[in-house]
Amino acid sequence: MSELQEKLEAWTEKVEKAISKVPERQERFVTSSDIEVNRLYTPKNGDEQEYLEKLGFPGEYPYTRGIQPTMYRGRYWTMRQYAGFGSAEETNERFRYLLEQGQTGLSTAFDLPTQIGYDADDPMARGEVGKVGVSISSLADMETLFKGIPLDKVSTSMTINAPASVLLAMYIAVGEKQGVSPDRLSGTIQNDILKEYVARGTYIFPPKPSMRLITNIFEYCAEKVPNWNTISISGYHIREAGSTAVQEVAFTLSNAIAYVQAAIDAGLPVDKFAPRLSFFFNAHNNFFEEIAKFRAARRIWAKIMRYRFKAENPKSWQLRFHTQTGGSTLTAQQPDNNIVRVTIQALAAVLGGTQSLHTNSRDEALALPTEESARIALRTQQIIAYESGVADTVDPLGGSYYIEALTDEIEARVWEYIEKIDDLGGAVTAIEQGYMQREIQQAAYQTQKAIESGEQIVVGVNKFKLDHEPQPELLRVNPELGRIQAERLAKLRSERNNEEVQKRLQSLKQAAEGQDNLMPYILDAVRVYATTGEICNVLRSVFGEYRPALF
Amino acid sequence: MEHKIRVLVAKPGLDCHDRGALVIAQGLRDAGMEVIYTGLRQTPEQIVAAAIQEDVDCIGLSSLSGAHMELFPEVVRLLKEQGADDILVIGGGVIPAEDIPKLQEAGVAAIFTPGTPISETVDFIRAHVKRGSVS
Repeated sequence: MSELQEKLEAWTEKVEKAISKVPERQERFVTSSDIEVNRLYTPKNGDEQEYLEKLGFPGEYPYTRGIQPTMYRGRYWTMRQYAGFGSAEETNERFRYLLEQGQTGLSTAFDLPTQIGYDADDPMARGEVGKVGVSISSLADMETLFKGIPLDKVSTSMTINAPASVLLAMYIAVGEKQGVSPDRLSGTIQNDILKEYVARGTYIFPPKPSMRLITNIFEYCAEKVPNWNTISISGYHIREAGSTAVQEVAFTLSNAIAYVQAAIDAGLPVDKFAPRLSFFFNAHNNFFEEIAKFRAARRIWAKIMRYRFKAENPKSWQLRFHTQTGGSTLTAQQPDNNIVRVTIQALAAVLGGTQSLHTNSRDEALALPTEESARIALRTQQIIAYESGVADTVDPLGGSYYIEALTDEIEARVWEYIEKIDDLGGAVTAIEQGYMQREIQQAAYQTQKAIESGEQIVVGVNKFKLDHEPQPELLRVNPELGRIQAERLAKLRSERNNEEVQKRLQSLKQAAEGQDNLMPYILDAVRVYATTGEICNVLRSVFGEYRPALF
Repeated sequence: MEHKIRVLVAKPGLDCHDRGALVIAQGLRDAGMEVIYTGLRQTPEQIVAAAIQEDVDCIGLSSLSGAHMELFPEVVRLLKEQGADDILVIGGGVIPAEDIPKLQEAGVAAIFTPGTPISETVDFIRAHVKRGSVS
């Protein structure tokens, strides 16, 4: 028997054992012509050694074919639509609507003041309250946001970075009020500050204290919130800022290396925190390139964790990721075309083996999604899952000459970048020097030029245009919200125990000046309704604020 | 000597998505203009102060967060207040079509939404800057 045959049998035996506990969705998977769909397709002949080294079996190193043995034959990916706008009440309503419509996880968008650590009544928040996400200034807002949503039943992702510790503390506190202990909470905070310096801009503090807050969260959650994904290392925004697919993976993994190194330097054993690292990628239109990108990213990360960081737990080797379809690929022109783009992108994410997925809404190049377009976006995922049959076998494109060649090529080019960034002194230095920013900006400008010259076609924009575009219905955020939130905050400040708030903020300040883990102090402050802005201002007073050089 | 058109590209408010602003800045430079980019998170006051100090001919405001109706007219108002309303103000970003006439009424000369070729913005600036002997 060949080595491949042997390993295939060993793998099958292992999988059968697992399935006896958690069965697959169906006993038998068939196509519409009643052709049986196998769990997995492997080469029958050919270069077996190459197969074993480069691909392996799903759920096994190097995870090219996926991180779980049966992938979506067991359970579909989590359908996690990013939502949030206006007040906590309005967003709570949208959350419940999406759950009713069959969404399987929550994902919270916060407004910019919240993301940059300003209360709704701060002068810096002017014009921005509730615009791109929900406004959360205190635990009171957070309680409203999750009213009637049992935190032990649903997992929640929160796109929050600089003040991630504060919002996570609020989530833990809401759990406490619901009687859900922290060890039963599951979800993700983005908590990826390096990508903020590179591409997205919602940073507050300089890199060093930011990295401390992040490792504090790793350490705290490993103890107290073990099912929480403590970081979602994000290529999404790097791609949206204009990077190529290769740069997206390369810069994200370089940032990930920096986080792992920082945590190890802070004294945490790698296998203690690495299994809770997660990733966040983008899915753009170039279908096969996107699929290959996800497969390559998994293989590279497995090698990095196993050989560079000497992790021993296979869970530390696995790259788990959320995907969002590409916001910047959507057009304001002929917005219904975006539904088709999103379908292609979502399909690429599924064929690439994503763990959870957000599909963008057709009107996002114009405004926040209306309820109707949010529903169509969710339905897109449901149709891929329940109707298309693409989830019935594991890694269906594995073995395609084209896909494997692309996967190899992307991997090779990503390693080149990672080595270059290592040579510069690592991700933090590369970012401080503006290296990643310049590479991305150059790629963005090239794309713009290619579109303007017609070399790159954007349907409805530089080809197949309409003379008269009908205007779609758009979602509008209440322009009075800033004032309403400010009044609420004034009321909160007059009703809470301000002496206690000051005391706890003072303790936080002392802790920030020292070496303690800041999470318990932040949680203490949040519990007595200290606000997002107050807590972040204490940290600003100790850490200072980051001011980037302009490139 | 020929005076080069000077443009301040600015990101008002907290919005951090600056891909469009950076691409435009590069495009205007390639078209021979002098471009100053303010960086992120500028208040209307800071933008107007920078525009006056840098003696620019045009301010290009970029916003994707939906705060444009509050922040763009404020820049125009402050320019007027400071007697610098000969500076051409244009805008861009994710801005619904129905907001554009209102912004124009408030004194924003033009809004360029995604999909606009850079050359269109360049031509508009060249045709509309009001100050001095510009080329």
